Amino acid sequence: MGMTLAEKILSEHAGKEVRVGEIAVVKVDLAYAQDGTGPLAVRKIEEMGFDKVHNPQRTIFFLDHAAPSPRTELSNDHSFLRDFAQKTGIRVSDVGLGISHQVVAESYVRPGDVVIGADSHTCTGGALGAFATGVGSTDAAVAITLGKIWLRVPETIRVVVEGRLPVGIFGKDIILHLIGKIGAAGATYKALEFMGDTTEKLEMSGRMTIANMAVEAGAKVGLFPSDEITREWLDRMGRSQDFRKISPDPDAVYENTVRINAKELKPTIACPHQVDNIKTIDEVGDIKVDQVYLGTSCNGRLEDFQIAAKILKGKKVHPKTRMIITPGSRLVYLEALKDGTLETLIESGGVALPPGCGACVGLHEGVLGDGEVCLATQPRNFQGRMGSPKSFIYLGSPAVAAATAIEGKITDPRKYL
Amino acid sequence: MKGKVWKFGDAISTDHIIPGRYFYLRSNLPELSKHILEYERPGFSEMVSPGDFIVAGQNFGLGSSREHAAIVIKMNGIQAVLAKSLARIFYRNCFNNGLPAIICDTEKLSEGDEIALFVNEGKIINYTRNESFFFTALPPVMKRILSDGGLVEHVKKYKDLKLNL
Repeated sequence: MGMTLAEKILSEHAGKEVRVGEIAVVKVDLAYAQDGTGPLAVRKIEEMGFDKVHNPQRTIFFLDHAAPSPRTELSNDHSFLRDFAQKTGIRVSDVGLGISHQVVAESYVRPGDVVIGADSHTCTGGALGAFATGVGSTDAAVAITLGKIWLRVPETIRVVVEGRLPVGIFGKDIILHLIGKIGAAGATYKALEFMGDTTEKLEMSGRMTIANMAVEAGAKVGLFPSDEITREWLDRMGRSQDFRKISPDPDAVYENTVRINAKELKPTIACPHQVDNIKTIDEVGDIKVDQVYLGTSCNGRLEDFQIAAKILKGKKVHPKTRMIITPGSRLVYLEALKDGTLETLIESGGVALPPGCGACVGLHEGVLGDGEVCLATQPRNFQGRMGSPKSFIYLGSPAVAAATAIEGKITDPRKYL
Repeated sequence: MKGKVWKFGDAISTDHIIPGRYFYLRSNLPELSKHILEYERPGFSEMVSPGDFIVAGQNFGLGSSREHAAIVIKMNGIQAVLAKSLARIFYRNCFNNGLPAIICDTEKLSEGDEIALFVNEGKIINYTRNESFFFTALPPVMKRILSDGGLVEHVKKYKDLKLNL
């Protein structure tokens, strides 16, 4: 019997064949935490009585949520993480370097790896064919100190996306459509595996958007087989040696298959206050928007800003709307600076902020007030997520974000493309 | 131990349990825990008594991996979380902190009911309705972590993961 990607990767890391439903203790190739989960992970490590970590070179603390810190308490958390890293040799990805999931995709994650991150969107790494999954601080503490974790080998839902993507439709629309179809708990405890000619042609940026939101369907991981596009990404990041081909067996057993016809997709929006409250752009109606938020771990890559810049070139952000931009990493920031993308976005009226998680978690740099409406490219729209519980968050692609910024209301981007 | 039921709906995320606007209190757990579920149920932290239960609908604990959500529930004296279904990361976080998270038919429980949970028997007694019902037994790995008092205690004891697989 053939194996799914999840079975394959977990078997390799368990040192024996493991199948759906089994509990496996697996080796961890990369472990990380961020400034909101890291301090608790350090306290758990200390409680467990460890003063050493398993592999400091493959353990990273990301200072990305409160970056730079807006409050004394958070500055103290940063110092606490830096001090522990100094003592143990753990790497620190400090303020300005970017969002954990983007930075690890650029510099650390390899196809076939097991990656454990104390952040729910760790599943972004599935775009590179890694079993990358989010956990809490205690599980991360164990992964950091023992270099292993226990996991239940998940059932896999195969998602087959076929057909040419129409103009104005992106990875974000595919994943929002999927979540609308299976629901926010549609893949709980399970793996998603993406295949079909659409995602086979999709560039890494789009795959990362899709993998990032796997958790929004409850999934443990969102996996893509590695291929030439993965190889090109690793080449571009100066990591050619990290490439390896990994794909599911042709006779792998799936729990079920969900098919999506890409040709039929329209710009897709998640409406307040649930990620699976999905509508197509023509069903959303007339929604005035106070803030457009472009960036985050879901859509903070160069391609995302380029498409927004294409739409906004020579145009202005609506006077009653503000557009906030957070690049995913320093690398993305520099690339967008050098190719003129950021210049276009700022000329149009955008506000560029440091690479990081910014307002997505309601912490700083674009927190919403009572009654305010935001169209965001982030992965999540729970009530109060970005600040006031009386605010409203709609999720859409960077193209929708740019068109919405121009018109000050949620707008179909296809007329600008 | 008997406790009172506090009932919540579907899709209560970790953002609802402890919102990101209190991010700066994550290293001050006693202060953070006062804000538990405060928008869903203003003043919840003052209303609950030790041994009470949070009882919810589908997909309780979805979203962010913040373990603080499980910790503030425990710090408020909640004995266990009972829900129709539970999100994955939150589920692990509860057990890792020695807090039982039980999947069961919560339609059988109403706000204010006096109940008792018997984790090993897979049984809940509802004294208010004078009835009892069973739920699917916990997976052995969860029972193991719970009986050790959480994952930190487990690792302290064995200096390893010894889940007897």
